[in-house]
Amino acid sequence: MFPTPIERTKPFTQLLYKIALPISIVIWLLPLIAVALTSIRSGADINSGNYWGMPTSINFVENYTAVFTDSPLGYYIFNSFKITIPTVIGALVLSSFTGFALGVYRFKLNLFVFFIFVAGNFIPFQILMVPVRDLSLSLGLYNSVWGLVAFHIAFQTGFCTFFMRNFIRALPFELIEAARVEGVSEFKIFWYVVLPLMRPAMAALSVLIFTFVWNDYFWAIVLTQGAEAMPVTAGLNSLNGQWVYNQHLVSAGSIIAALPPVLMFFLMQKHFIAGLTLGAVK
Amino acid sequence: MYSYWKNNQLKIAPWIFLAPGILMFSLYVIFPIFQSINLSFYQWDGLGTKTYIGAENYIELLDDEYFLVSLKNNVIWLVLYLLAVPAGLFAALFLNQTVRGIRIYKSMFFFPFVISQVVVGLVFSWFYAPSNGLLNVILEAFGFDSIAILAEEDYVTYGIIAAGLWPQTAYCMILYLTGLNSVDPEQIEAGRIDNARGWRMLWYVILPQLKPATFIAVVVTIIGALRSFDLIDIMTGGGPWGSSRVLAYYMYEKAFSEYGFRMGYGAAIAVVLLMIMMIYIATILYRLYRDERGG
Amino acid sequence: MKKIFKNQIALALAGILAGTSAVAGTLVINGDTSDPAPKAAFQAVIDGFEAENPDVDVVYNLFDHEGYKAAIRNFLSADAPDIAFWYAGNRMAPFVEAGLFAPIDDVWADQGLYSLMASSAPGMTMDGKKWGIPFTYYNWGVYYRQDIFENLGITVPTNWDEFIAAGETLKANGVTPITIGTKWLWTAGGVFDYLNLRTNGYDFHMALTSGEIPWTDDRVRATMANYQQLIDGDFFLENHAALSWQEALAPMANGEAAMYIMGNFAVAPLKELGLDDSSLGLFQFPEITPGIPMAEEAPTDTIHLTAGAKNVVDAKRFLAYTARPDVQTAWNKALGQLPTNAGAGVADDKFLNQAFKMLNDNAPGGVAQFYDRDTKAEMASIGMEGFQEFMVKPERLEKILERLEKARQKLY
Repeated sequence: MFPTPIERTKPFTQLLYKIALPISIVIWLLPLIAVALTSIRSGADINSGNYWGMPTSINFVENYTAVFTDSPLGYYIFNSFKITIPTVIGALVLSSFTGFALGVYRFKLNLFVFFIFVAGNFIPFQILMVPVRDLSLSLGLYNSVWGLVAFHIAFQTGFCTFFMRNFIRALPFELIEAARVEGVSEFKIFWYVVLPLMRPAMAALSVLIFTFVWNDYFWAIVLTQGAEAMPVTAGLNSLNGQWVYNQHLVSAGSIIAALPPVLMFFLMQKHFIAGLTLGAVK
Repeated sequence: MYSYWKNNQLKIAPWIFLAPGILMFSLYVIFPIFQSINLSFYQWDGLGTKTYIGAENYIELLDDEYFLVSLKNNVIWLVLYLLAVPAGLFAALFLNQTVRGIRIYKSMFFFPFVISQVVVGLVFSWFYAPSNGLLNVILEAFGFDSIAILAEEDYVTYGIIAAGLWPQTAYCMILYLTGLNSVDPEQIEAGRIDNARGWRMLWYVILPQLKPATFIAVVVTIIGALRSFDLIDIMTGGGPWGSSRVLAYYMYEKAFSEYGFRMGYGAAIAVVLLMIMMIYIATILYRLYRDERGG
Repeated sequence: MKKIFKNQIALALAGILAGTSAVAGTLVINGDTSDPAPKAAFQAVIDGFEAENPDVDVVYNLFDHEGYKAAIRNFLSADAPDIAFWYAGNRMAPFVEAGLFAPIDDVWADQGLYSLMASSAPGMTMDGKKWGIPFTYYNWGVYYRQDIFENLGITVPTNWDEFIAAGETLKANGVTPITIGTKWLWTAGGVFDYLNLRTNGYDFHMALTSGEIPWTDDRVRATMANYQQLIDGDFFLENHAALSWQEALAPMANGEAAMYIMGNFAVAPLKELGLDDSSLGLFQFPEITPGIPMAEEAPTDTIHLTAGAKNVVDAKRFLAYTARPDVQTAWNKALGQLPTNAGAGVADDKFLNQAFKMLNDNAPGGVAQFYDRDTKAEMASIGMEGFQEFMVKPERLEKILERLEKARQKLY
């Protein structure tokens, strides 16, 4: 194992390491700790300029409830869920089909189609900005949750297809061959043989897509205008404008907005990491 | 009909499976790319008629001070954002031990990647704030003058890149941690017997085995650098006086902001960015192609 | 979008049911009063109108305030309402020129608005015709720490020399004369506007913002020289390029700075930060070039008759209604802003009273709409960035003026 396993070094080095770990974490997460600290300060502290000293009172409950009662943040979060969950489902459905098609069948255009999906996912999405907005306008989907869902499903299908296809390629092909020999139709093979085996991939992808779409900011501001369809990323930015002097409230809002992906991450860490690191290992 | 299906299932089936995905992807991704390229040859305010003006948008770009500043900033991003890769490597090396609770440390190190760039931008804006920001509080405690990083045209881009490096390093760290897990232990033992230690071991034994992880880290980081939009929008709005602008932000300003509505010009900027990205996309595809053909 | 669709269905049904005189009774209004106070205020206006005119049914389509700016460009040509909200001055020019608004000189004449709305009249006039009814505006001016001035024995400056002297006294006592936050750019535009209005006058300022005058003109340089005097004299708050206008309020509230060239929407947050009527005051931006009639900045919100209106008769009735002093009084009390009708009353607030007088009696030069509304949008963003850069790097004046001139050549 590299670097030298710590147990094999001098006790002093071991001690040093054990001290270095928590210190380094604190320094690394300092910005977040600062935000969390600010989110429990009282308004009086902020007004008097007491940002970094001892808080005069712990206003955890007040601040966090104020965020929900004084602002549409709760509504924005609801929108974010309304956008993210259908996107995850839609992207998984589409990409399990496309991943299956590209992973199982050999046909001439297979690699070409695959590369289109890959390349499309890596482009700077600003180039899609104007046409997608016009498309949404003409489909009547502008400034609506479904407009964002439709776009995100389409775009994330690129990445998901790449992922699913590689995953399916690694499955034992004999299962499929055996089913074919028995005359099972292709669709039934997909449904009964392959799909159950894709569950780990789907778990990993759902966590990743949830995070990416929840944290999306650019398309939120391009495709939505008002509070009805705005997700929490864009909403937080507009609240920051209104609440400049209430950093304790904006901090609380930021923490709340960041919470769902963080929870997802902690609950499904293994899947998350599996999804991100696919291909990082030969 | 049915027998045709039965006989040709293997040929038709893939296309049926592919249909919905290809449809959505083409509609929302592929066609829009070409539509944008087409749009860049027109002048359009989003409402009235489109006027064909040939390559005029591109000629105007060459003379556009803001475009050149954006281009310069993109290059700076491209170069400095790659620091996330070695930083991630060292973070991974640092955390690649099996002491108690290391899993929690690894998770916490990864935190910044999971939160939205909006939050990262807000957090770092406060960090850099002129009088009350933590950075200046610390600087002044050590006796230095305070700097308003986001107001200095020479420092602002670097300040934003630093903010962006925070989540990106976390991402590279995870890639390398996974990579380190699958490094061949026999080679390490062999190296140790040969008395290779520390840097030599890293350079000659470990790094070559981490090539796939490095490849992905570099690719994703470069694409992230060229795409960067959120941080600039939240932290400076392109300022001060446009000195932190990047192409991704400039094209949004030109096409959509209250002061823009020049769709054709914005599309032209987008095409330029696409051309730059195509170099990297082509590299990735080539690498993938070699893998496919070889494996 | 859905609201418009539903309302169209309602309209169609009403048409079918009512027969030939279908459209006579329905009035369609599109507006952007999405914040709580304006929304309630306008609803009251609608209710009052419907009470007086029971034969008219008002259909109000409410858009999000920011989204409206994009939506209006769509609906004016695609499916116009009878009445639409918008802004005065050069901001309404594109729609007037495209033939999307209709002139309403008859309403102005009938309601006596030529005298009652004298100060906002120039902003509503194009080609000698009147294109809408202004219903509210808010003032800009120099808000200042009355108590600090009194403590240091500074009298309110009425001309440039006094203004500079006041600033010097403040500086000698450790107070930054003018607080400002230019992170989002438009505040620098406000400073430029006042300097230009006072140095060269309203007509010149309007000509400059409509692109008729080159930026390298000597008169522009005169304005910039005055601007530079303030910058070189360290009159402005340090690091303003990193601060939004809200962040620049704190120094004024805690006495580190004493003046703010701002709109009256700054009063409420300043009061929340602890200032009150004895510590906060307002004075009109001082005269610079003697003899030039004083002009003020007062961004005006307006409503217009659209060219595609189906119910012109009732629309004109509604426009006349909104121009009435009593209606404007109630409406503006709810908005916390100023009525454009000089015969209307103002809420009993020290600042509103003072501003009302200032705009009605002391603004013979006219009322400007603020830099980013008076000027073409793209030019505005380049201009404001130029001002911000100038404020931090005044040595770059030549380059900045050249850049602005290049933009003007391209855009106008």
